[in-house]
Amino acid sequence: MSAPTEHVDSVRTYAIVWIVLLILTGVTTAVAYVDLGHFNVVAALSIAVGKMLLVALFFMHVRHSTQLTRLVVAGGLLWLAILITLTMADVVTRGWIGVPGR
Amino acid sequence: MASHAHAETLAVQEQFDTAAQQKDASGLGMWIFLITEIMFFGGLFLVYIVYRSKYPDVFGAASRTLNATIGAINTAVLLCSSFTMVLAVRAGQLGRRKAIIVFLILTLILGLAFLGVKAYEWNEKFQEHHIPGPSFHMEGAAEQGHAQLFFSLYFAMTGLHALHMVIGAGLLSFLLWQAWRGKFSAAYYTPIDMIGLYWHFVDIIWIYLFPLLYLIDRHGPKP
Amino acid sequence: MITAAVEQRETYLNASYGLKSWLLTKDHKRIALLYLGTITFFFFIGGVFATLIRLELLTPHGNLVSSDTYNKLFTMHGVVMVFFFLIPSIPATLGNFFLPMMIGARDLAFPRINLLSWYLLVIGGLFAIFAMVAGGVDTGWTFYTPYSTSYSNTWVIATALGIFVAGFSSILTGLNFIVTVHRMRAPGLTWFRLPLFVWAHYATALIQVLGTPVLAVTLALIFCERVFHIGIFDPALGGDPVLFQHMFWFYSHPAVYIMILPAMGVMSELVSVFSRKPVFGYGFVAFSSVAIAVLGFLVWGHHLFVAGQSLYAGMVFSFLSYFVAIPSAVKVFNWTATLYKGSISYATPMLYAFGFIGLFTIGGLTGLFVACLGFDVHVTDTYFVVAHFHYIMVGGAIMGYLGGLHYWWPKMTGRMYPEGWARLSALVIFLGFNLTFFPQFILGYLGMPRRYHVYPDEFQVLHVLSTAGASVLAAGYVMPVLYFIWSLRYGKPAGDNPWKATGLEWRTPSPPPPHNFDETPVVTHEAYDYSTTVGEAIEVG
Repeated sequence: MSAPTEHVDSVRTYAIVWIVLLILTGVTTAVAYVDLGHFNVVAALSIAVGKMLLVALFFMHVRHSTQLTRLVVAGGLLWLAILITLTMADVVTRGWIGVPGR
Repeated sequence: MASHAHAETLAVQEQFDTAAQQKDASGLGMWIFLITEIMFFGGLFLVYIVYRSKYPDVFGAASRTLNATIGAINTAVLLCSSFTMVLAVRAGQLGRRKAIIVFLILTLILGLAFLGVKAYEWNEKFQEHHIPGPSFHMEGAAEQGHAQLFFSLYFAMTGLHALHMVIGAGLLSFLLWQAWRGKFSAAYYTPIDMIGLYWHFVDIIWIYLFPLLYLIDRHGPKP
Repeated sequence: MITAAVEQRETYLNASYGLKSWLLTKDHKRIALLYLGTITFFFFIGGVFATLIRLELLTPHGNLVSSDTYNKLFTMHGVVMVFFFLIPSIPATLGNFFLPMMIGARDLAFPRINLLSWYLLVIGGLFAIFAMVAGGVDTGWTFYTPYSTSYSNTWVIATALGIFVAGFSSILTGLNFIVTVHRMRAPGLTWFRLPLFVWAHYATALIQVLGTPVLAVTLALIFCERVFHIGIFDPALGGDPVLFQHMFWFYSHPAVYIMILPAMGVMSELVSVFSRKPVFGYGFVAFSSVAIAVLGFLVWGHHLFVAGQSLYAGMVFSFLSYFVAIPSAVKVFNWTATLYKGSISYATPMLYAFGFIGLFTIGGLTGLFVACLGFDVHVTDTYFVVAHFHYIMVGGAIMGYLGGLHYWWPKMTGRMYPEGWARLSALVIFLGFNLTFFPQFILGYLGMPRRYHVYPDEFQVLHVLSTAGASVLAAGYVMPVLYFIWSLRYGKPAGDNPWKATGLEWRTPSPPPPHNFDETPVVTHEAYDYSTTVGEAIEVG
């Protein structure tokens, strides 16, 4: 939620964030064409996370928000992480132990 | 244009004590709604992660059939719409009716442009027989089934995203109408703020969808 | 006898008349009653399916219905009871009615969304009823793929849509409760002065908001797979049916905590007022509610022990499953400790509370048995599991619900229920419940599979006992419907606070005025402050 009317960010702030977002989009596209092996995924996701943070902190005013708002956001992301991590813990380890008799 | 005091009295519903409490509650409510959306989309992201980890090569090949340039341009379009949206919210904070209207219109146009490009892309997929189902066929895919999984995810994720964009467009139209009628002022611009949060969230989803769907493996299979 | 003064006073019931004033109400108290009617209706529908199941299981050879029909019976029993009765039950009725009052508010944060929640439940329910009437669904309430997506010829889509819509009802209720508790507490009402009922509903709301969306998207994928043939879970395309189970249980395990936490909240209220003592270890009970909500999200894989999940994941989930029992146990210990040196009375709500404590303990302990990977391999998909969860859902949640309903009935209606009949039906329910479900532990341990209607002859005695119990239980459930309705006209008028309880909801007239409080109360003391009313016995019967 935005802070009460006092904190109005400048157009300049928003414009800078916007330009950075566009640049990062270009970067992530360009980097995808370079073979960096496993690092490609890391790069793509890092840039995506960076863009998400910019949109959230500046455009969604999370940087001016209350602790509760930040807790809510963090909680949502954490819960998604739980879903993915524990499910992948199964998927990734399925091949680790052979089935008796095979 | 509604007067400052008039807007404030109009806006406070009877279960709340003050306008500030109402605004606070609205904001918290919208953020909680957004995390339900994180979990909703999150289920699809889970499916994506599971199948990409199982079939990385086919997913890479399937991803290459998408046009990354168009995807990047569409990403830029959406980022621009977020920019105009936050300017609309800012105009609301400052009580500038004309600016609110201009920025909402720009946001709406950019959002509709995104949807238009999406429709074009989907039509391309249809032409290439990449729509999952009985007539699916992807040239050169080692495993047609796995390729079909990629495209099922592609359509499910971009489809769900597009549905949210359509709803967003509807909400923006509603906001435009309200702004035109002079409902907003520096004391009451909450709906613009809330719908702005929704719009930015939908943008963030696309920020992830673009690299995950379009940029899996642009440099081709290893020799 | 009703005095003239009572007739003139404006309550939420007489403030406006007519169907529109109910169907378009924004008053959380009226919405609670709308829900009460709806979930009671669904409870009896689910009960009809249960009756048919138990009748079928009287004989070992499947004489009453075909296998296909039997599959539909247990599926629809589960779907209706879980999604259209238990999940909404306490939060949407008692929670809706009393959460705002307990915090001194005039209504929830978003009254129109509250009404929307009710409509969503009704619409979802209509989809489900359509599916039942059109021919039913036979996949089990768990909708496992690929049967539900590729092979079943029954009304999967309609049912899935119904649950999908009802899920949003649940999400919106949770959202409403969270914002209300954060933003609408009366002056002086700090978090640690809140009634534990509120803590329990807050924790429940967290689960509703974080878990239900995953169920929604999972059902949407089933829908897509059946309608568009996209094969997300289809092994022929490389899809993973176990992935469905992960996604389904990510919600459905925490869902069982949605079903039990509110009942635990009721328990805290009942145990304190009917011992005239504050709940022992308030802080521990409050934190336990939140701990259950959080830990409940980390254990879903214990439903996948034999599904093809990796052994390592199974071990992790088994290990984590033991932890979630700890906060539940803390609560049981603390309620018991509350009784110690309390001034205990045996009004009907307290009888249900005692029933809950005993039966939930049994259900919870058997939960530990099935959390054990090695043991579960033998009893999974047997009646042992069926008994386990019915002890919690029926012995726990429904008893909590009935206890709360009886406790707050005077506040909601201004009438007392007849204590003699109420105590009798509590006893009938308790006896009927145990006769129905205890034999099922034995059946399961001996190997009787769940979802089968044909079984070896040697299991018949236990099944007959169970069915006999079910008929007693059914009678026990019908009785409250009758005497509650009777009480609306003939029940003794209740005062503002017939139980002499603490809590803000008892500081307004019964039934309450439309806006709950004439003036927003200011809270100056802790919850369950019975020190000022020590020595006053409660008049009962």
